[in-house]
Amino acid sequence: MPVLEVENLKKHFPVQRGLLRRTVAKVKAVDGVSFSIRPGETLCLVGESGCGKSTVGKLALRLIEPTEGSIRIGGEEVTRLSGGEMRAYRRRIQMVFQDPYASLNPRLKAGQIVGEPLENYSDASGSEQEQTIAALFEKVGLRPDAMRRYPFEFSGGQRQRLGIARALALNPAVIVADEPVSALDVSVQAQVLNLLMDLQEELGLAYLFVSHDLGVVEHIGHRIAVMYLGQIVELADKDALFADPQHPYTQALISAAPLPDPRARRERIVLEGDVPSPMRPPSGCRFHTRCPFSFDRCFVEEPRLKPSREDGRLVACHLRD
Amino acid sequence: MATATAGAFVAAEAPSRRRGARLRRFIRRNPTLFAGGAILSLVALVALVAPLIAGDPLTMQPAQRLRPPSEANWLGTDNLGRDVFSRTVYGARVSLFVGLSVASFSVVVGLFIGLLTGYFRRVDAVAMRLMDGLMAIPAILLAIALVALTRASVMTVIVAITIPEVPRVVRLVRSVVLSVREAPYVEAAIAGGTPVWKILFRHILPNTVPPLIVQATYICASAILIEAALSFLGAGTPPEIPTWGNMIAQSRLFLSRAPWTIFAPGIALAVVVLAVNLLGDGLRDRLDPRLARRM
Repeated sequence: MPVLEVENLKKHFPVQRGLLRRTVAKVKAVDGVSFSIRPGETLCLVGESGCGKSTVGKLALRLIEPTEGSIRIGGEEVTRLSGGEMRAYRRRIQMVFQDPYASLNPRLKAGQIVGEPLENYSDASGSEQEQTIAALFEKVGLRPDAMRRYPFEFSGGQRQRLGIARALALNPAVIVADEPVSALDVSVQAQVLNLLMDLQEELGLAYLFVSHDLGVVEHIGHRIAVMYLGQIVELADKDALFADPQHPYTQALISAAPLPDPRARRERIVLEGDVPSPMRPPSGCRFHTRCPFSFDRCFVEEPRLKPSREDGRLVACHLRD
Repeated sequence: MATATAGAFVAAEAPSRRRGARLRRFIRRNPTLFAGGAILSLVALVALVAPLIAGDPLTMQPAQRLRPPSEANWLGTDNLGRDVFSRTVYGARVSLFVGLSVASFSVVVGLFIGLLTGYFRRVDAVAMRLMDGLMAIPAILLAIALVALTRASVMTVIVAITIPEVPRVVRLVRSVVLSVREAPYVEAAIAGGTPVWKILFRHILPNTVPPLIVQATYICASAILIEAALSFLGAGTPPEIPTWGNMIAQSRLFLSRAPWTIFAPGIALAVVVLAVNLLGDGLRDRLDPRLARRM
């Protein structure tokens, strides 16, 4: 059974203007996203900035309320639960944030930060909790005596380890990692990624890993969902996706990723124009304004995400019908 | 050997000298904070030990009316033969009490309402309109109404001044809450299942403290002034209590014959309000440089 399932998830942010705050438009940040994650699996969400990938992550935890669609945690529908009822499910899904500076309260000690979720859910005594916190520190590669220090005394990588320890505190089944390494130095990125992968192996965690960095995604992902303007355009196993991208947007995205060999050249597919506004997404296929292969059908008919005829992975493109 | 003794000597001397240097540097860097703090501490001390240093402020000596400053009456006597010095010293008690009470009441009430309105959007719309309404009430008018309804007392004055100050605190707290509630560490706390009250107290409230301390000093200064104005108008503290406002009110008829009766409380009032404001400016520069002077 999947640990996290979302179906037709939508988030439309209203744009309000004027004295009466009338809604004059809607930003369709997420517009019909569906996927599921199995235990122990890493599903990566990739895409350009503004494509709604982070919003999907926050919707999954209900940090933002979805406009439409459903979220199931461990098979249980949580989309319409009240705040109090939701609390019981919060411990199964936790989050690691992008900014290791802003996501730790600068006024609290490291031990308090990591221990806060424990405090919220367990009746254990102070010393028992302290032991658990010390174990969490060790699990993420920090010395337990760092509990008494303040966030500013840690480096960026160490701070992100604190964030991971906090996410692990409740033994969740899924962790939503919202660009957890994009704010870190490249040398530290690898350490944190490897930590995440080790923890996955040890604890059987599932990750919803949001990233714009294809190199990172290739390293950590099992399956990859490519997002464009609030929708998933392609969802495939990592190897298949990198070896043979089917959607023209995925092809362009992969061709833009730098190769580690300075002499290597690959054919770049350079997309023309900018990403259209999510307030007024294009008709038909949302990618048709920039797609080098678009034809008349793309302008009028929206392609559905369906198994492609070649190998059964999910692609939303008329070319693959 | 010689160097060793010299070293030991320096080491023994160092702590006290270093402390002195640190104090001097603190004063040089925060002159307003230090000046305001020093004057206020002095006034507070004088007010506290009033019975020890001043005579009875109520004893009337009809034979000694409107006497100029002398050895027996340092600041002269008023129209009823009461010692102006004693009355000024005792007046400091009322002024400081009113200033501190209004500042603390309005901060406590404003903090509570501000946290709620800032965090809960539904409360916000209603509560802020209510606050706008309160802000429109002039303290003096409210005090006159309250005194007319109940009876004149220091408590009535405190309540009357506190009510119009509360909305200012609410706005300040609300603005801090609105910005902090979007912080990723607040999101992280929600994701970690932290209940709302704990988010408010643990993650949001501490951010409001520095601007609130600064705001409290300004409220204190304005409360002292308003209290004096109310007493002067006869709508505040009952006339038998020696306050600076009452003293000025009673002495104004004798201004040309006995100016000292009005100078003493007037200067005291000006100096205390100035000191509170200096303290506030100094605190603002240290704690919260971006805060505008009045929210």
